[in-house]
Amino acid sequence: MSEEKDGALLEIRGLRVVFDGFTAIGGVDLTVGRGELRFLIGPNGAGKTTLIDVVTGLTRPAAGSVAFAGTELTGLREHRIVRLGIGRTFQTSVVFEELTVLENLDLAAGFRRPLRSLLRQRRGVSDAVASALDTIGLGALAERPAGVLSHGQRQWLEIGMLIAQRPKLLLLDEPVAGMSRDERERTGELLTEIAADHTVVVVEHDMEFLRRYASQVTVLHEGRVLVEGDVAAVQADPRVQEVYLGRTKKEAA
Amino acid sequence: MSARLRGYAIFAAVALLVLVVAPAVLPPFRLDELAKYLCFAIAALGIGLAWGQGGMLTLGQGVFFGLGGYAMAMYLKLHDAGGDLPDFMTWSGVEKLPALWKPFADPAFAIAMVVVLPVAIATLLGLLVFRQRVRGAYFAILTQALAAAFTILLVGRQGLTGGTNGLTNFYDFFGRDPEADGTQRLTYFVTAGVLGVLYLAARQLVKSRFGRLLVAVRDGEDRVRFLGYNPATVKTVAFAVSAGMAGIAGALFVPVVGIISPSLLGVVPSLELVVAVAVGGRYALAGAVLGAVVMNYAKTSFSEQWAGGWLYLEGALFILVMTLAPKGAVGLYEQARDALARRRRTPEPAAPAPQQETQEVPA
Repeated sequence: MSEEKDGALLEIRGLRVVFDGFTAIGGVDLTVGRGELRFLIGPNGAGKTTLIDVVTGLTRPAAGSVAFAGTELTGLREHRIVRLGIGRTFQTSVVFEELTVLENLDLAAGFRRPLRSLLRQRRGVSDAVASALDTIGLGALAERPAGVLSHGQRQWLEIGMLIAQRPKLLLLDEPVAGMSRDERERTGELLTEIAADHTVVVVEHDMEFLRRYASQVTVLHEGRVLVEGDVAAVQADPRVQEVYLGRTKKEAA
Repeated sequence: MSARLRGYAIFAAVALLVLVVAPAVLPPFRLDELAKYLCFAIAALGIGLAWGQGGMLTLGQGVFFGLGGYAMAMYLKLHDAGGDLPDFMTWSGVEKLPALWKPFADPAFAIAMVVVLPVAIATLLGLLVFRQRVRGAYFAILTQALAAAFTILLVGRQGLTGGTNGLTNFYDFFGRDPEADGTQRLTYFVTAGVLGVLYLAARQLVKSRFGRLLVAVRDGEDRVRFLGYNPATVKTVAFAVSAGMAGIAGALFVPVVGIISPSLLGVVPSLELVVAVAVGGRYALAGAVLGAVVMNYAKTSFSEQWAGGWLYLEGALFILVMTLAPKGAVGLYEQARDALARRRRTPEPAAPAPQQETQEVPA
C-alpha cells in the first residue's frame, strides 16, 4: 500500500443525489489523496453531510460513482463499506450509553473477529483499544458507562471508536459542533494527531476551527464544488466570501 | 460482598430452594404446578434475551413453545399407539399415518426437532424480517400475527394436529407412567435442571462480546452498522436462541402438564409471557425468570379464589409496571439496594460527575 502513498484514496465522479425532486448534490467531483486532511465546508444545505452519507452507504446516489482504493462503493451496504476501511462519526454523537467506555471501544475494534469468537467474554484490553483510549484521553473513565460522559467526551469517544476500527479513511461530520472552547481546542489537537497517520475528511461549520487546523479545503455550495485549495486561497476567493464567509461576516457584524 | 460473589450466592440460594426445599415441603400437586411455572420461566428467559437484551418485542413465543411441545407430544402419541394410528386420528377418520408424523416415532429425531424446528423457523423469519429492517412495533405485530396464524392452522387441521383438543392422554413417558408421583418429581427436577443450565448459558451469552453487541444493537442499530457489523445477523442469532428456549420449554411442558393444545400457545399465552417478563424486569435475565414464576403462581392462586378476575389484575399490573417501574421488580430491587448502600456509606464519596459543560452556540 505504501507504494501508492500519493495515489487517490477516494475518487468521486459526477455524483448526483436527488431527494424527492430536490437536487441535494448536482454533479460533484472530488478526489482525496492518501494521507490527506481535507476539510469540506459550505453553507447549510450545501450537501456536505449528504456527500458523507453517500460515501458510507446511507444514501443512494441518482448518478455518479464513488471509488475507494479502486473499489466502487455505490450499492454496497453500510457494514460492508466499513469493512473496506471507511469509518465515520455523526453530527449528533451516538455512543452506547449502557456499555462502558472500554466496551464501546472494544466493540468498534471487533468487527473483524469471527462471529464465533464473539461468544467469549472480553478479557483484558487489546492493543487497538488501549491505543485508542490513550489517544482520546478517557483512560480514567474507561470502566464507566458511556451514558455519564459529557457532550465533548462523547465526541472524543466516537473518534476513539473510529480509530479503534483502524480505518483507512475517516469521515468526521462536524466534530466540534456544540463544544466549548476548551473542548474544541482538545478536539483540534486530537484531529492533528490522527491526521498524522490517517486520511481524514472533516465536515465543518466552525470557521475559526477551520482556519486553525485545515490545510486543504473544498467548498461546496448548492450541491456543487465551488472552490478547492489551501485555506488562504479559499479564504481569499471572492466567490467563497460571497456565498459563505461574506455572509458570515455580515451576520457577525 | 462483590457483585460477582453476590450473584453466585443468590444463584446457589435459589438452586437450594428449588432443588431441595420445594420438593421436600410441597405436596406432589403443587410441585407439579411449580414445574409448569419453571417451563414458562424457560420461555421467559428467551424473551428476556430477545426483548430485554436485544430490544425485539416478540409477541409470538407461543409458536416456538408450541413447536417444541408438539414435537414432543407427537413422539409420545406414536409411542403410545405402538405402530397403530394415534387415537385422535382414528376419531377424525384419518386412515393412514401422515408423512409429517412418521419420523417423530424416533425419540432422538423428535427431541432434536424440539430445538431444530423453532430455531430454523426463527432464523428464516429473522433473516427475512431483520434484513428488511423491520423492527419495533412492526416486528411485534408480525410475531403476534404469526401466533394467531399458527393456532388457526393447528385448529383447522384436526386430523393432523388433534385440532382444538391438541395432543393429550399420554400413557407412557420413556417407560414410566406419566401420572405417577415419581415421574412427576423426575420431570420437575429435569425442568429445574434445564432452567438452571439455560440460565447460566444465557448469562454467559449476555456477558460475552456478542451480548454487548446485542445491547448495542438494541440501543443504536443504525450506529452498529457503522461499526462494521450487520445488525440483522446479530438479531437473528438472538431471536433464534430465544426460539430454541421456547421450544425446550414447550417440550418439557408436555410431560409436566400432560397436554399441548392451541389454547396454550396462541396470542394470549404469548402476551402473558411478555407481561410476566416485564413485571419481573426485562433487562435482567433473573427478572424474566422471576416474573414468569411469580406471575403464573399468582394466576393460579388468584384464579382459585376468583375465576376470571386474574385478567384484569394482570392488565392493571402491566400498565402500572410499564408506567411506574419500567425495569420491573428487579429494577425496584436494584433501586432499593443502591439507596441502602448509599445510606450505609457515609459520608458519600462524590461520584466523578460528568464534566460541566459550557455550551457555546456555534456560529
